[in-house]
Amino acid sequence: MLLREVEYARPATVEEAISLLSTYDGARPLAGGQTLVNVMKARAAAPDVLVDLADLEELRTIGFSDGMLRIGAMVTYAQLVVSSEVEVARPILAEVAATIGDVQVRNRGTVGGNVCVSDPTNHLPPLLVALGATFTIRGPDGERTVAADEFFLGVYMTAVGEGELLTAVNVPPSNDAGDGFAGLTVGRHGTYVVSAAATVSAGEARVAIGCVAGAPVRATQMEERLHGSDFSEESVRTAAEGLGASLDPPSDVHGSADFRRHVAEVSAVRAVLQAASRRKS
Amino acid sequence: MPAPARSLAVSLEVNGEQVEMEVPARRLLVHFLRDDLGLTGTHVGCDTGNCGACTVHLDGRPVKSCMLLAVQADGRRITTVEGLAPDGELTPLQRAFNEHHALQCGYCTPGMLMSATALLERTPHPSEEDVRLALQGNICRCTGYVNIVEAVVAAGRGGGG
Repeated sequence: MLLREVEYARPATVEEAISLLSTYDGARPLAGGQTLVNVMKARAAAPDVLVDLADLEELRTIGFSDGMLRIGAMVTYAQLVVSSEVEVARPILAEVAATIGDVQVRNRGTVGGNVCVSDPTNHLPPLLVALGATFTIRGPDGERTVAADEFFLGVYMTAVGEGELLTAVNVPPSNDAGDGFAGLTVGRHGTYVVSAAATVSAGEARVAIGCVAGAPVRATQMEERLHGSDFSEESVRTAAEGLGASLDPPSDVHGSADFRRHVAEVSAVRAVLQAASRRKS
Repeated sequence: MPAPARSLAVSLEVNGEQVEMEVPARRLLVHFLRDDLGLTGTHVGCDTGNCGACTVHLDGRPVKSCMLLAVQADGRRITTVEGLAPDGELTPLQRAFNEHHALQCGYCTPGMLMSATALLERTPHPSEEDVRLALQGNICRCTGYVNIVEAVVAAGRGGGG
């Protein structure tokens, strides 16, 4: 397929990338391209300049920084799946990454791309909200850090502004917490119809629902009810009651809004029970 | 700082040979391979990143060449289906595809071979489940996959038969 004319540059440093993004109108970062190239084919996106991040080595590493697991924005799903740092600090990231797309997509698709696209059906946004991740964004005026609850603003919209670049996603190590992820996909490893992510630590839970709004939705009432819970199946089910009714999900070919409300409640229960069962006691 | 350009000189290795060429930034890798280099073994199936018929190896890993710009492959190493058996001698996997009748129309076969070759490099003796997971990104509309999976498992057992 013939794409619209586009200009391309491959900077050697993050500073060069930011300079290109803030200098040229219609410039967009190109990470793995597993979404961007396809939406360019469909002419759903029409960037004038692609700033390829491929050579920015500091964005390709996974390590620890200030007590957090630091995942560079250009780290691929395939890298997450085999990372010993992820295995030690937050294995749910590898577990979920292994179910994104297929082998070819996991070899190219990146963590930064997944979150910056902010497609409501993507895997990582609800997961990173539940894990309490933070996002490092660099721009012409320096670096800032944004919490997950403030990062995802809506469909295809994040806190990354014009001329800025997401450089890393920081995830707190699980310590004694357990994590869970559940939902309904179209076919095995397919697109999510509804997803739910949960993390459970001593008497506390964080729960985020995906695919029901423009950005992940925290199940705040369920979280409050789970405060001090024994996390038995009965108490988790009771805590989730009314979650579905509190949501305003879309209807589409994969399911009606009412169906999504129901699946959201079921998925939240499953994610929390899985998380609780994985807690290190 | 590199200035953005609509056309760039690229230098990459394709099936062991160095290629240097000027390409438009908007050209997809699959079209570069097929139209500029004449390597038509790599197929365009869906053009939306779903079917995997355009799978090639980028630095040894399977990727879909319709979701990559040719300029992104600058400085990298590409292997296409033509590069699997450069001297005309079929690989054990290709022989297994023949012996297990692992194709009907053959359109998806180049992509299947590239994905399965990458699997066998990492997992020399894959189980049926390993093969099915590795071929998740490759769609076949004819066979129902049974013979394809059998052929890959058989190749891992060291024989076509």
